[in-house]
Amino acid sequence: MIALLKRDLRLAIRAGGGFGLGVAFFLILCALVPFGVGPDTSALQPIAAGILWLGALLACLLSLDRIFALDHEDGSLDLLATSPLPLEGAVAVKALAHWITTGLPLIVAAPLFGILLHLPTAAIPSLLTSLLLGTPALSMLGAFGAAVTVGLRRGGLLLSLLVLPLYIPTLIFGTEMIRRGQEGGATATPLLFLAGITAGVLALVPFAAAAALRVNLR
Amino acid sequence: MSIWEYANPVKFMRTSGAVLPWVVAGAAVCTVTGLVWGFSTPDDYRQGSTVKIVFLHVPAAMMAINIWVMMLVTSLIWLIRRHHVSALAAKAAAPIGAVMTVIGLITGAVWGQPMWGTWWEWDPRLTSFLILLLFYIGYIALWSAVEDPDSAADLTGVLCLVGSVFALLSRYAVFFWNQGLHQGASLSVQSGERMSAVYRYPLYLTMLGFGLLFLSLLLVRTRTEIRRRRLAALQAREMRA
Amino acid sequence: MSLLAVHDLAVARGGLRTVEGISFSLAAGQALILRGPNGIGKTTLLRTVAGLQPPVTGRIEMAEDAVAYAAHADGLKGALTLTENLHFWAQVFGGGDVAGALAAMDLAALADRPAAALSAGQKRRLGLARLVVSRRPLWVLDEPTVSLDAASVSRFADMVRGHLGQGGAALIATHIDLGLDARVLDLTPFRARAAPAARPAGFNEAFA
Repeated sequence: MIALLKRDLRLAIRAGGGFGLGVAFFLILCALVPFGVGPDTSALQPIAAGILWLGALLACLLSLDRIFALDHEDGSLDLLATSPLPLEGAVAVKALAHWITTGLPLIVAAPLFGILLHLPTAAIPSLLTSLLLGTPALSMLGAFGAAVTVGLRRGGLLLSLLVLPLYIPTLIFGTEMIRRGQEGGATATPLLFLAGITAGVLALVPFAAAAALRVNLR
Repeated sequence: MSIWEYANPVKFMRTSGAVLPWVVAGAAVCTVTGLVWGFSTPDDYRQGSTVKIVFLHVPAAMMAINIWVMMLVTSLIWLIRRHHVSALAAKAAAPIGAVMTVIGLITGAVWGQPMWGTWWEWDPRLTSFLILLLFYIGYIALWSAVEDPDSAADLTGVLCLVGSVFALLSRYAVFFWNQGLHQGASLSVQSGERMSAVYRYPLYLTMLGFGLLFLSLLLVRTRTEIRRRRLAALQAREMRA
Repeated sequence: MSLLAVHDLAVARGGLRTVEGISFSLAAGQALILRGPNGIGKTTLLRTVAGLQPPVTGRIEMAEDAVAYAAHADGLKGALTLTENLHFWAQVFGGGDVAGALAAMDLAALADRPAAALSAGQKRRLGLARLVVSRRPLWVLDEPTVSLDAASVSRFADMVRGHLGQGGAALIATHIDLGLDARVLDLTPFRARAAPAARPAGFNEAFA
């Protein structure tokens, strides 16, 4: 499994833009928002948390279809399915690789972009915690969506349609946590919900994703 | 005599064909009588005549949820016992459920305008229904995107399972997010009388009518799906011969 | 001892049976060549044996994790070098001699090139070298000689002979003569027959 993780990371680096593309998209999104709503702090500050989470979510969505599509095209997925590696484990590892190449850079960049959107510095710890707890669930659910749509011709659009509704609970608790952090309130409740959802997703969704992959391979 | 005998398409076609006219008649009688009776009730002292939209709103909303539950059950039957009729029934039910959700949302908006002064409010109940509609759309889109019928049934079945968990999760997450304007349940077993009997009985009748309406649409659509499947099988056989 | 035993197997593609009633067994050191016209279901049969799809009826008996499967797509990553590609599969399948496998398919000189730079035939050879590093006893090969030149075909035949000599077995769908001492199974007589039009009404039969 570590070999698979290493290979996916190496491929992301060699293919170029594996790490940077999501962050660049995130930056563009955060740069466009002030053009849409105006540059005033009073306009930007209340929506900063939401924009940051939405940006992370969409940046994550961009690279989802690559989780399985490339391996499906070149036959690696067939070989992985016949290998001693359990397919559930392979799914989890590929989701982890996606998180490292997409989620992690977003988390590192988020405080900077928060400053662009006039997010108060008091909210930055809760921004980081919420992204750190929430984005693994985004990658795992995305891997499920990618597994369901892997062989389809119009897979990309369908993937977004299937995956985005699944992101709603994570989005709600993630932004709620930043909002409370911004107001200096107690963040424990949304934090626990967010962590609970992520833990549940990481524990159960690999089985659903592996089942979908097996269907798509036959 | 086991219930699984109806999983045989031949048996299902025969039985559903015999039952269908009665179900259609029942649906027509209950829905029309319920609506006419409902619309001829006196106006509510607070909500005026707008209250009468309840006779469309509540049955549609109820069916929207029940149809998803029915899809979950039939998907599970397909995934576990692999009865084709079950998978086709889930496929046939989805668009009906989506339409019921849309009816619930539109009647809700029409009712909300005079009551709350706004067409749309990000109220937990309304929002949950919007999310439910998204799940219906995703489910229908996946069915139409996968070519191999058995694979499509498997994938949508898994999606229905995961989607059910997340639809439920979203519903409670939404309550956390916004407390809302929507009144509590209009009919409730525990909380005693909320609604006067004048409105309650026609409402029960329309709910029964919508249930039968769903059943008749479901039977017609499932029969169509079975015939389509059969036709595809015959064509494929001819191609090979 | 037989590595693979197939009893009365029927397989389906797109919900339709392609071939049915197939039985054979492969002992250590044996190879079986599958023949048959296009579309009869050779690939489907091989994928079923490899465990990628379930059989419609019949049984497949073999040890767990015995199959190394190679099909039209080689599972190679253009951004990785030949060594890295093979090393990855060696790790996934539990170790194997990467340098030896490269030498067996005459790729040692290219070991540090990225796989994207290879020609179609060279990629094919790399895909076949993966079989050696997988260290699986049963090779299931779907048209392994596509885009190989005559010299490479004979090198590949040597590789299969070596594998059989070490107690392995191979199930190969191919149209060319590899010069192996192998049985040939023609699938044409096993083509699935259309069901009689007036079939008794059984479970789910209305769809097949």
